[in-house]
Amino acid sequence: MDTNEQLRVLGGSAGCISFKERFERSSKTRLAATKINILQINVGKRCNLSCRHCHVDAGPGRTEIMPKEILSACLKIAKQKEVSTIDITGGAPEMNPHLEWFLREAGKLGKRLIVRSNLVILLEDAYAGFIDAYAKNSVEVVTSLPDYHDDRTDRQRGSGVFFRIIQAMRMLNQKDYGIEESELVLDIVHNPVGAYMPGAQKALEAEYKKRLFNEHGVVFNRLFCITNMPVGRYLEYLLKSGNFEDYMADLCGAYNPLAAENVMCRSSISVGWDGVLYDCDFNQMLGLRINHGMPYTIMDFNIEKLRSREIVIGNHCYGCTAGTGSSCKGTTVVGAG
Amino acid sequence: MSNYYDSKDLVDFPKITEFAKEQGETFFQYYDSATSAGTLTEREKTLIALAVATTQKCPYCIDAYTNKCLSLGISNDEMMEAVHTGAAMVAGVVLAHSTQMRKIIKKKEM
Repeated sequence: MDTNEQLRVLGGSAGCISFKERFERSSKTRLAATKINILQINVGKRCNLSCRHCHVDAGPGRTEIMPKEILSACLKIAKQKEVSTIDITGGAPEMNPHLEWFLREAGKLGKRLIVRSNLVILLEDAYAGFIDAYAKNSVEVVTSLPDYHDDRTDRQRGSGVFFRIIQAMRMLNQKDYGIEESELVLDIVHNPVGAYMPGAQKALEAEYKKRLFNEHGVVFNRLFCITNMPVGRYLEYLLKSGNFEDYMADLCGAYNPLAAENVMCRSSISVGWDGVLYDCDFNQMLGLRINHGMPYTIMDFNIEKLRSREIVIGNHCYGCTAGTGSSCKGTTVVGAG
Repeated sequence: MSNYYDSKDLVDFPKITEFAKEQGETFFQYYDSATSAGTLTEREKTLIALAVATTQKCPYCIDAYTNKCLSLGISNDEMMEAVHTGAAMVAGVVLAHSTQMRKIIKKKEM
C-alpha cells in the first residue's frame, strides 16, 4: 500500500472524530514540540527479516540506506547540548555499512546511545562483530520480542525467529548485557501479535522475566509495551483481516489526554535515510515530513526553530495516545502499568 | 432495535450508571476492585472472568475478556483450559442436580 492510500484509509477512520479535533478539544491547544532530547535516526529500510507488523515495510529487498554524509550531519546535530539520546533504528541498522563507524564516533559524545536491533542478524557471521562494537561503545540494545510464546512471535516475525532471538540474547548475556549488576543494557519491546492492545507494562515485564529465565535461561533489563500503529504492513493486516474498524474504534475509545500530553514527538525528532526530518518514525513511513514552515532536512537543521515546532498529526496518532500511551520508550503515563 | 446483541454495544457498558447513578458507580467501584490484582494476580482473575463469561454465555464479556487475556500474554491453551474448567463445573452442577431427580425417582417408584 503506498503512503497516499494509507493516508486515505486513515483519514476516514471508522467513525472516530479526527485526532486533531480530539487533541485540540482535550488540550485546548495544538500539538507542539517542547524540546529535542532524542535524535532518532532511521539508518535504512533494509532488513534480514520481513515482519508482519512492520510499519517500515522493511525487508531484504529494500535498498534505502542512509549515506555517510547524512550520518555525519546527524553526528553534528547529536553534539548539541540539548540532545541527550541518539536512538538508531531501521530496518536492521546493522545492514548500514557505516554503522560501526557511526557508533565509534557517537560513542565519543558520552550520550545515551540506543540501537534497535532484531538480534537475529547478530547470528550471521558478517554481523556477529556488532556485539563487541555495542559493548565497546556502551550501546543500549533494544529488541522486539512480541511474545514469550515462540509460536506467537514466529507468527509475527517469521518461522524460527523466537529461538534465534533467544540464542542472540544468550550471547549478549555472556557479554554482560541485560545482567543486573552490569551497565550494559538489553531491553525488550513487546507489541501485540494481532489486533488487540498491549496489557500493563509492569505486569508483562514480570511475566516475561519469569518465563524467559525459567524456560530459556536468559535475562534482560526492561520491557517496553508498544501499541501497534495502523501504518505500513500492520495497516494492511488490519484491513485484510477485517479488523481495521474495530481496532481504530478501540484506539479512539482508549484516548487518554494525559498520554497525549506526553507523546514522544514532543521531545524528539526523526531523521529519514535520506536526511529528511519527521516528527516521528511513523510519520516518516507515511511520508509526512516536518511542516508548518520548518526546515525539513538534516542539512538545514535549526534547533531553535525545531524545538517548538507544531507537530504534523493524523488519525494514526491515536496509536500513541491509547490507554497508558505508547512510545519507543514504552508507556508514556508515568507510573502506569 | 435490529438485533438483541450488537458488538458495538460493548462500549456502552460504562454508561450503565444511567438512570441509577449511585448504584451504577457503586457497582463499578466493586467491579474494579474485584477484577484487579489482589492476592490473586490480574492474569488469574482474568482467566476466572473468561470462564464465567463463557459459562454465562455473555457475548460482551467473552469479547472483553478474550481481548484482555491476549493483552496480558495469556496463551490460547491457557484460555481454553479455563473454558474447560468452566464447562466441567457447569456439567458437574447439572449432574449434581440429578441427585434431586434420583431421590424423587426412588421415593415415587414402587
